[in-house]
Amino acid sequence: MNGPHDLGGQMGFGPVAPEVAEPVFHADWERRALGVTLAAGALGAWTLDESRHARESLHPATYYAASYYEIWIRALEVLLERHGFVATEEIEGGRPLWPGVKPKQVLRPGDVPRVLARGGPCNRPVDAPPRFGTGDRVRTINEHPTGHTRLPRYARGKLGTIEAVREGFVFPDTNAHGKGENPEHVYTVCFDGHELWGRGGDPALTVSIDAWESYLEPA
Amino acid sequence: MTHDHHHPHDHPHDNELDPFAARVRALETILTEKGLIDPAAVDAIVETYEHKVGPRNGARVVARAWADPEFSDWLARDATAAIASLGYTGRQGEHMQAVFNTEDTHNLIVCTLCSCYPWTVLGVPPVWYKAPPYRSQAVINPRGVLAEFGLKLPETTRIRVWDSTAELRYMVVPMRPAETADLGEEELARLVTRDCMIGTGLPLRPGSLSPDVLWPATGTAGTAP
Repeated sequence: MNGPHDLGGQMGFGPVAPEVAEPVFHADWERRALGVTLAAGALGAWTLDESRHARESLHPATYYAASYYEIWIRALEVLLERHGFVATEEIEGGRPLWPGVKPKQVLRPGDVPRVLARGGPCNRPVDAPPRFGTGDRVRTINEHPTGHTRLPRYARGKLGTIEAVREGFVFPDTNAHGKGENPEHVYTVCFDGHELWGRGGDPALTVSIDAWESYLEPA
Repeated sequence: MTHDHHHPHDHPHDNELDPFAARVRALETILTEKGLIDPAAVDAIVETYEHKVGPRNGARVVARAWADPEFSDWLARDATAAIASLGYTGRQGEHMQAVFNTEDTHNLIVCTLCSCYPWTVLGVPPVWYKAPPYRSQAVINPRGVLAEFGLKLPETTRIRVWDSTAELRYMVVPMRPAETADLGEEELARLVTRDCMIGTGLPLRPGSLSPDVLWPATGTAGTAP
């Protein structure tokens, strides 16, 4: 979707303002936001792709006014409601009212080191051989799906070169919507500054994205 | 807890904490009472990313690459396995790629679409990495971004920006600083900052070692627990 999250090349947000001696967390609620988000993710009820889509589906005014942990929590509330664990009235009232859906699994403290050290690999075998090879010229598709996609707007309809052929990976455009993993080969595709940003682009700039095969056409 | 933290720069997104802190607490309470999360598991997750997993990991990877050409080759070829050999595996580091700075090319990592970041080697990302200014500008005006970090590269230096749009996670391996031939791996690791592994900085020089401020992102820089 052409949501507020798709920020590449946008202007007007001001300076980056890197913080000197930045702490890991700026407040205790950020610690809990991280931990609660990961612990709830471990319920196994939604995928990382679905959670990304919940974040980018927040209203743009909300998204831009929020810190990233706030974005996480607001999206988590959406996911918890969507999957029947928590009702809107409970979140608004700040206390549980109904039992809700029973979880298949709950993350216990003893399992945390193993679960975090294992992560969630999303490479998958793909039967078909890769359609493109290193050095191939490709053009990214210029599509504007209303659902989740990982092809950023600034890199749509652009001419690029395949730099690396990666493994097969779960296809986020379907996986985010419960329509299956449908793995595809992923490619690292390079674009030069002029192709992306016109005559004003930095002539010594190369930007790469990692693109699923169906984001690409031969050029 | 907000009174424990001061903000040396203007971070408007992070100043209005209190109403949201209550909302997070309420959500945690609801989930706990419903048996959906275990607060002790939440504690263990926080402990992991506040004190165990951080840029020290990545610094050890870079130092090993500087010290050991065979490891460096392995890191270039199969970063996930090479990094795993040092014990760093897991969430947001499942599929790693190390990218090496050269005399001609400087690498910079970004995620324009969300906040993808190599957690296993760098920990959780800093606020600026996840915020709109960096995400919007890194791909169109990387030299302007680098200048904000005090890094001015020659105009002829190519800049390669890696937008982490899929599940590959990138880390930059900076060039080994001059006059470090006699340093061991542990000393080399102390020159490797978080920012130089994102690409927004360069490694420290041997004379500028200041261990107390090297690891601001590991929670030792005056943050109240």
